[in-house]
This record gives sequence, structure tokens and C-alpha cells, in this order.
Amino acid sequence: MRLRDLATGLGALIIAVTALAALFGPALVHADPFAQDLTHRLVPPVWMGGEPAHPFGTDQLGRDYLARLVYGARISLLIGVSAAVTSGLIGTTLGVLGGFFGGWVDDVVMFVITCRLSIPLILVALAVVSAVGSSLAVVVLTLGLLLWERFAVVARTTTMQIRNLDYVAAAQAAGASRAHVLLREVLPNIAHHLVVVATLEVALAILLEAVLSFLGLGVPPPLPSWGLMIAEAKDYMFFSPWVIMVPGLALFTLVLGINLLGDGLRDLLGASRDA
Amino acid sequence: MRRFVIRRVILAALVCLTVLVISFSLTRVAGDPAMAVAGPQATAEDIALIRKNYGLDRPLPEQFLSWVGAALQGDLGSSYLYRAPVADLIRVRLPVTLTLGLVGIIFAVLIALPLGILAAVKEGTLLDRLVMLLALLGQAMPSFWLALLLIIEFGLRLQWLPIAGLDDWTGYILPGLVLAFSAVPALMRLTRSGMVDALRSDYIRTARAGGLSRASIVLKHALRNAAMPVVAIAAVQLGFMLGGSIVIESIFNLPGVGYLAWESISKNDFPVVQAVVLLLALIYVVLTLAADMLNAVLDPRLRAAG
Amino acid sequence: MPDSVLEVGGLRVGFRAVEAVRGVDLAVARGETHCLVGESGSGKSVTALAVMGLLPRGARRGADRLRFGEADLLGLSDRAMGRLRGDRIGMVFQEPMTSLNPAYTVGSQLTEVYRRHRGGSQRAAVDRAAELLGRVGISAPGRRLGQFPHQLSGGLRQRVMIAMALMCGPELLIADEPTTALDVTVQASILRLLANLQAEMGLALLLITHDLGVVARIAHRVSVMYAGQVVETAPSAALFAHPTHPYTRGLLASVPVPGKVRRDEPLGSIPGTVPRIGPGFQGCSFRDRCPFAMPECAIEAPLRQRAPGHAYLCQLPP
Repeated sequence: MRLRDLATGLGALIIAVTALAALFGPALVHADPFAQDLTHRLVPPVWMGGEPAHPFGTDQLGRDYLARLVYGARISLLIGVSAAVTSGLIGTTLGVLGGFFGGWVDDVVMFVITCRLSIPLILVALAVVSAVGSSLAVVVLTLGLLLWERFAVVARTTTMQIRNLDYVAAAQAAGASRAHVLLREVLPNIAHHLVVVATLEVALAILLEAVLSFLGLGVPPPLPSWGLMIAEAKDYMFFSPWVIMVPGLALFTLVLGINLLGDGLRDLLGASRDA
Repeated sequence: MRRFVIRRVILAALVCLTVLVISFSLTRVAGDPAMAVAGPQATAEDIALIRKNYGLDRPLPEQFLSWVGAALQGDLGSSYLYRAPVADLIRVRLPVTLTLGLVGIIFAVLIALPLGILAAVKEGTLLDRLVMLLALLGQAMPSFWLALLLIIEFGLRLQWLPIAGLDDWTGYILPGLVLAFSAVPALMRLTRSGMVDALRSDYIRTARAGGLSRASIVLKHALRNAAMPVVAIAAVQLGFMLGGSIVIESIFNLPGVGYLAWESISKNDFPVVQAVVLLLALIYVVLTLAADMLNAVLDPRLRAAG
Repeated sequence: MPDSVLEVGGLRVGFRAVEAVRGVDLAVARGETHCLVGESGSGKSVTALAVMGLLPRGARRGADRLRFGEADLLGLSDRAMGRLRGDRIGMVFQEPMTSLNPAYTVGSQLTEVYRRHRGGSQRAAVDRAAELLGRVGISAPGRRLGQFPHQLSGGLRQRVMIAMALMCGPELLIADEPTTALDVTVQASILRLLANLQAEMGLALLLITHDLGVVARIAHRVSVMYAGQVVETAPSAALFAHPTHPYTRGLLASVPVPGKVRRDEPLGSIPGTVPRIGPGFQGCSFRDRCPFAMPECAIEAPLRQRAPGHAYLCQLPP
């Protein structure tokens, strides 16, 4: 048990550090993430023999890595949270409606979920972004409109579990409107499951944005999305492997932190195992 | 059993149809294909000509129906980019992707299943925690980053494995491993939890009371019952892998459908995009259907329920 | 007892903070039905699991004597114990609905146990399985062998469980509440079956139950358990005629046993619930619910004899 608490705490710590970096980093780190300096290209990090002026080194265009990392944290967190919120709204609505009303409503919801699952996520995301043009907003919207299936499934299952419980029946017997029952009886009692799903979806959204950016169809350059940074650095990795290590580790650590927190929340809130 | 199959097949067909409509609309609604084909230098006349040639001036439903009609006869249109039949392009590349997916899922099962069983049997011990740690790390690892790391390590530094192209079957190993890694955490966790539940069940107690061997209890009695959700997930993971193949194939330069998909999307080669989306959806639906069937075979109770 | 098949002396089982079994003495002779009676929480199922070596991980087991035939069970490794289980000692559990593996046919589960201990061909094992299914009163045994557990009713499944426990002709059969989960009508037939099998095969039968009606029906000897101890043990007739320990008397007064209770006697009840005993507990565990409790009960509850073969744990004289 204590190890689990340690892990959860570590996750929370990682997220907190990232959030702080995202919020205050640009003010604290003086270097400009977009300023190119071709005389200082590919400077290694300080611990590998670089310069103190660039603690994490510079990329192939001489831009300071630390600054770009910190700015990139903003992008990752922004996209992750926005996408999770959007998809959460969509998925929860679908799932609760299907789980609560059952019958043909549920059949429709299940059909929609199956269709969504049948389409490879990356493919659709790529298609949309390439068609509409890549920008931060497009990425957020696309991910938000696509990542809702786990919300829907969990919302549906948990709603079905409590639909038949006494307090729901009591509310209905007392003449509460359906909207009231859904909002005040069902939702609060499935919320903890959804919170766990939300944390995991944030992690997933961040990873997906990284993949999209890596493929060139996500956040457009020169914005320092960590995935984009890895893609840009790819050509130089044979000579200086650290160029992909720095953004890669950042991505890995953040996602790990979110997953740790999510697992911890699951145990803490007593959410179901398939959330 | 037959009712079961029929219902699943009908559902699968409906899903495919819906996906088809969606992908069709997606490519049309998002932009003007004629302009994409014509390129930035084209004049208005060029565009109009192209539009007429490709039948893009007809109403949307008509385009859709004619596409479906042609598709059913095996004609998936012509690629704007390659000026070749889409069907041919896919036919050449599909085996590569399918092989990659297969290699990936085999690696994944070979890694995840024994580890999951081990973790369940040694539940609560250090070994169990280590396995779970591995699952956690695997879940957080971006697959493309892992691919690059493996390339640096195994391809460059140790020079054991090829890192690009497909000169021989060894070219599948690294990409297969990377694909597997994306599925291993989920498979491992599911195997473990399924085995833990199975090992706690009453029929395992009966087996122990009957003096059956450890091996039989774990591998025959418990695993059979724990396997069901794992099988379903394995099929789903294979589907995800097909999506992941887009990234992996581009990194490792494998001439598969995934690479084709990425290429055609970024270059607005709509006939190809449409066909590929449909193909991948079809594969996924078939996989889910197969998983359902397999589950019915494994669990006699499902057959009766239909 | 010289011809006792199972001899248990001073058995103790603990789980983390709870002492589930605190010094149980038990003996089952060849051809005898010994009933272990008690409410839920008394430790009777744990006793059976301890004898079989099927306690969950984390349980502590200790005993002065744990003898089966000529084998000392205390020192046996799990592998050696596994050779005894299913072969010379059989066990039947309470929940027939979940005790059979849903993924395999009835026949395959039966034959597997047989071939594990006796080897031999599949053919011979199948014949033996069919024979035993017939013995336990299942009609059309050949057809049943190919069926899956979910195709059988609860009563049939329990018969299959009994058949499985008897596949290798054991000397001792332990049955933990074998009829509790079944319909009343089915209960009677299962009990009759057990009694017949015992007579035919000379089995020693350790039957665990909370139902005094079952005890009255088939027990030769009875041990009454409370809070991890055997508080009274006697031949069946003697127990019903002269219940001595206050708990036994309370039990008999509160449960009407057909044929043994007079029509105009009021039903009694025992106030309170079975306590969970932690380590370091002293004295009689029943004293908080006992109408005859004395100050001495807090210190010890000595073992006393009412008659040969009839012992009880109490301060009160017989």
C-alpha cells in the first residue's frame, strides 16, 4: 500500500513540476524558444560538456532546448487537458444516455461506439489535420472529437450498474424529472470513475499529439511541441543521440506521471478496474 | 451458434458501411480534391478538366454509389499521385503490413502472457511488482521514441539488426518489437488480473483438493478461464497496431499500407485514403468478429447464449 | 483411537489478527460419520481446509498431532500433500454452482483426477468415471460425461463433485456444508447418498454443517465448535439426549429438530454473536453469551468428561 502511495505522489509531483514549468517557465527561463542562433547549433547539454548559457543544449537551429521544453510543456498540457475535457463531455453524454435509457437508445450508442472503434485513430486524425490545415486548435478539436470512446464505455457501464439502485428509483418515484435524475443522482455517483478515465485520456491525448506532430501533421513548426522536436532532431540523432533524448524523456516522464496519478486515483476513489 | 454468427456478421457489415460513408464524406468535405491534384500552378480550366475527368463534378451521393459499385468489383479507383490503380498499390503493400502486425502480436503475446501469468502466480511479491512496473513504463513510452532509441542501440551501436527497408525477414524484428511494446502493457495487466481472479475461484480450489499438479492448475485450469478477455483484447490490440503501423513503417521505411496511408494523406491522394480507411476498418471489424468467435469456442457458456 | 483414520490434536490456525482455530481435537474412525457443527465464524471450514493443507497464503497453521492413517500431515510438503489429496482424502465443497471448471466437460475433469493419481489409459478412466456417476445416482452417465457444468442443475453438480472426490477410492471424505446451497428436497437425497456410499465403501466421513437436522440424520459422532474450539464432543444420540455445554444446550433449544423437540416447548435463542478471537485470549469464549457464566470462566474452561466418549469444555459439572 505504501508503495502505491509513493507512486501516486511521484505522479502528482511530476505533473505539478510540469504545470509550474508551463505556467512560470517562460518567465524564468530567459532564452527565447524561437530565437535561432546558427553559430551555436547542436550544443550538448551542460552535463555533457556544453555551455551554462544553454543548460539543456540547443537544437539544430541553435534554439535553446530548455526554453523549448518549457514552452512545449505548455502545449502538451493544454492539448491534453482540452482534448480530455471535450472528449469527456461527448463520451459521458453518450454513455450515460445509453446506459440509462437502454433499449434502442443503447443500441444506437453501442453502434456509434463500435463504429468509432473501427476507425484507426491516427488515420482519421491525420486526414482531418491534413485536410483542414494544422494548427493548435485543429489538433485539440480533432483529438477531442475522437478520444471519447473510453469515457462512453465507462459511463455506460457504471450508469447501468447504478440505474437499478434504490436511490435512483426513489428519485423517480418522488416525481423528479429525467434530467434531474441524470444530473443529480447518476452523474455524481459515476464521477469518480470518469475522473480516473479523464487522467488517462489526458496522457493518451498528449501521446497522440506527439505522434501527430512527429508525422508532421500535428502542431505546426516553429511551435515546440515535444513530438515535433523529436521529428526535427531525428536527422541528427546518429551523431548526437541526446537530441532526441531530451524531448523524449520529457514526454515519457510526463505521461508516466499522469499514469501514476491516474492509477493512484483509481485506488483512492475506488473506481472500477476497467476504467 | 449460427444465430450468434449471423448477428455478428450483420453488425460488422453495418459498421463497415458507416465507416465508408464517413471516410468518403471526410475526404470530400475537407477540401477540393481537384485543386489538390492540379497543384498550385494550375489554371481554372485545368482544375475544371480534372474535375470532369475524375467525376468530381457529379453530385456526392452519385459519386459515393459509383465508388461503392466499382469497389465491389475490385476497382478502388486510381491514385492521383502514382497514376496507378489503388487496388494494385494496396495489394503490393498489404502483405508487408499484415506480416508486421502478425509479428507484433506474436511478440506481444510471447512477452506479455508468461509475464502476466508469473505476476499472478507470485501475486504480491517483488516479482509481481517488477512486472507491473514494466507495464507502467511501457504504457508511458511513446512508440516512435522507442523506435528511434532501438534504432540507435541495436541498429547503429551494436549493429545487430537492420534499421530500414526489408532486405530479408530480419527487417521485421525491430519494428515488430516496437509494435509489440505498445500492446504488452495492456495484455500483461489483463492476463495478470484474469489469472488472479481465476486462481481465487472455487473450481481452482476443487482442482487443488483433487491433488492436481501446479502446472495443470495454473496452465490448464486457470489460464483457460483467464484467457477469454485476453483474446478479445489481443484482437483489439492488433487493430491498434494497424494504426500504429503508420508511424512505424515511416520510421523504418517499410513499404506497407501504413506508409502508403501517411503518404496519401499528406499529399491529398483521396482515392487512396478512402480505400485505406475502408481496408483498415474492415480488418478491424473482422478481427473483432474473430475474437468473438474465439471466445465462443473457449467459453461454452457463450455458445448457448448466442 | 486405534482405528481412527484421521486424528487431529491441538490444531491452531491464525490469519493476521484473528485466531480462527484455537486448539481443536478431532478423530474420525473408519466407517464413521463425524459431524462438525457450528455457526458461521466458528472455524469449522477452516479446520477442514487446515487438514487438507488448502489454507490461503498468509495463514498460520500449527498442531500437536495431525495424523492421517500412518502419515504425519504436519511435516508434509505441499507436493506430498497433493499426492494424498484427491487420492486417499477427498473433499467436497459448499458451492456446487462454482466448484466445477466451466471450460471443461464433466468427464474430462473426472478423468483428470483419476489419471493424475492412478495413471492408466483414458479409456479406463472414462469407464471409472461413468461407474462413479452411476454410483452417485446420476442417470445416463455416458451422456453426462460429455456435458459442461452449466448444463447441470445444482443437485447434479454436487453429485458430480462427490463422484470426483471418490474417483480414487479414498479412505476419508471431507464434506464442507455439501447441502447448504441446495434445495431442501435435494438435500435429503444427497445426505442419503452420502450415508449409502459410506456404508458401501467403508468411508470415514467428516461432515461439516451448521444444520442440526443434518446431524440428527446421519451423524455417528458430533463435535460442536464455537469460536475456534470444540466445546463438546459426543456420540450423536448422547448429544441430543444430554447436551451439556451451555452453547450446545442453547443451540438445541433454538433449533427445532424433528422428533427431538416437544411440541409445547418454546423456542429459545442465544443472544449476541460469535466473537472474533485475537491472540492472547483467555478463558471461555462463550462466557459473554452464557446464562451460567461465573468469574472463573474468564480464566479457563477445563476439559471435562460427562461419560466415556462424551467430553466438553466448561467450568460447570456434568
